[in-house]
Amino acid sequence: MLDETPRFTAAVDRMVAHTQLSGWERVQMSRRLGRPGAMTFIKLICDSFMELHGDRLFGDDPAMVGGIGLIDGQAITFIGNRKGANLKENVRYNYGMSNPEGYRKALRLARQAERFSRPIVCFIDTPGAYPGIGSEERGIGEAIAQNLKAFSTLKTPILVFIIGEGGSGGALGIGVGDKLYMLEHAVYSVITPEGFASILLRDPSKAAEAAEAMKMTAHHLKEFSVIHDIVEEGSAEETAARIKAIIKRDLAVLCSKPPAHLVRYRIRKIRGIGEVSGIAKTWWKPLLEVFSKSGSLS
Amino acid sequence: MAELCTACGHEVRLDHFKICPSCGHYFPLNPGERIALIGDEGSFVEMEGTMVSANPISLAGYEEKLEEHRKKSALNDAVTIGRCTIEGDRAIVGVMAFSFMGGSMGSVVGEKITQALLEGALEGVPVILCTASGGARMQEGIFSLMQMAKTASAAALLEETATPLFIVLTNPTTGGVTASFAMLGDVILAEPGAIIGFAGPRVIEGTIGQQLPEGFQRAEFQQEKGFVDAIVNRTDLKRTLSFLIRTHRRGEVSHVG
Repeated sequence: MLDETPRFTAAVDRMVAHTQLSGWERVQMSRRLGRPGAMTFIKLICDSFMELHGDRLFGDDPAMVGGIGLIDGQAITFIGNRKGANLKENVRYNYGMSNPEGYRKALRLARQAERFSRPIVCFIDTPGAYPGIGSEERGIGEAIAQNLKAFSTLKTPILVFIIGEGGSGGALGIGVGDKLYMLEHAVYSVITPEGFASILLRDPSKAAEAAEAMKMTAHHLKEFSVIHDIVEEGSAEETAARIKAIIKRDLAVLCSKPPAHLVRYRIRKIRGIGEVSGIAKTWWKPLLEVFSKSGSLS
Repeated sequence: MAELCTACGHEVRLDHFKICPSCGHYFPLNPGERIALIGDEGSFVEMEGTMVSANPISLAGYEEKLEEHRKKSALNDAVTIGRCTIEGDRAIVGVMAFSFMGGSMGSVVGEKITQALLEGALEGVPVILCTASGGARMQEGIFSLMQMAKTASAAALLEETATPLFIVLTNPTTGGVTASFAMLGDVILAEPGAIIGFAGPRVIEGTIGQQLPEGFQRAEFQQEKGFVDAIVNRTDLKRTLSFLIRTHRRGEVSHVG
């Protein structure tokens, strides 16, 4: 468990001063209580924000926040994982772990955004989707799968910021977009280092070792070209200002592109990720042919 | 050859369906056996059989592990894809092998599933994917997670061209495969008793601190909850797939004779 004593907090602050942090230190920083979350950034970035609730199917998931915000007159749909700023809020927001209704709310709002030509900004900060009985009964796998499929062909710009923990499929469920950014101390991985340690290293106490081996920091992901850039962190206000500047810069470019071009570029980018050899067919040719066949995407 | 049934413990002789004659347990099928079961004899032509994985996050021991599994299984990775006919109709098929590193999805599985879906989209030929997987291949780090997005986006393109995708969920199908292409079929079939879910039972028990109910995450449970169209006996699988291919033709009213 993470120590939250003032001494520890002060120690973490000292660590921030160093640029070379270990993977495990960054994991701990990404999870640190009181780290600015999606709601903090939404409030700091938007001139006004209206939260919209519910998936219209089952209920409203408080661990996923969604709504419409205004930045200098530009309407943007915001979707984000919500963890809460203190322990009481953590419990209320299920530590940022969404049930299927959270992903279905995100999809409903994303489709709404597409229909009304609003760009989408997603803030990722979750250990993962909630592993519970109800979550499985209501199809958490299906809910995430539908989002991956829908977001990949959504005809509106999507910017994704990983602001804290990017945990597995639960993060990816709101993580498919045109441009991906990570805050300096955010992490993004296929499984938690604790999970990796207990399954692959067969020793749950080797989480720190796992965090290194998994290469899950912003710097690694930039090296892998999985993300476009790293956002330097400062105070919540300073970081928010940097995020806002990126949103304004990117949307100025992306909003002027024909939506079909956005989708083509987005899918080509997703398609290019992976390392294999002995491949018989070059990947872009069939992809372009499918695009030209599918009338709505050409 | 007699085998010991892992479910009932009886020594049994299996035919090509590999169903225990004593208790009805479904033994796992390797891709070759599954393809022989659903494809017309001699019709299968493999695609991308030589594709092998790199070590994208330079994880110690991964290459040796791959080599060991390649030798043991005579497969290059956890999925085999190709073309075949089913009762005379063309289809693109992909069959996962749980025996190869738990059927985990890394760059090769993601790429091959994607190619199968894109070939289907290009040619308007139905795609059939038989799943068996523990989820994403952790040894490939973030690259394995990205294969979920990749396969799901290929499924989106297949949908754009109105080409059908049929999924056959076999035991077990969990994690990142469930949360991507496996749940995106126009029709989703499952083999009886197959475990199908996102989180593993031990993870859920650890989170909620209680034991899971009997039958949780089985095919029958998933059908009851609305995530599986039909549970199909292995002996009826070829006939069922043929029926689905003939009733999902594009741009014409289906008449099935």
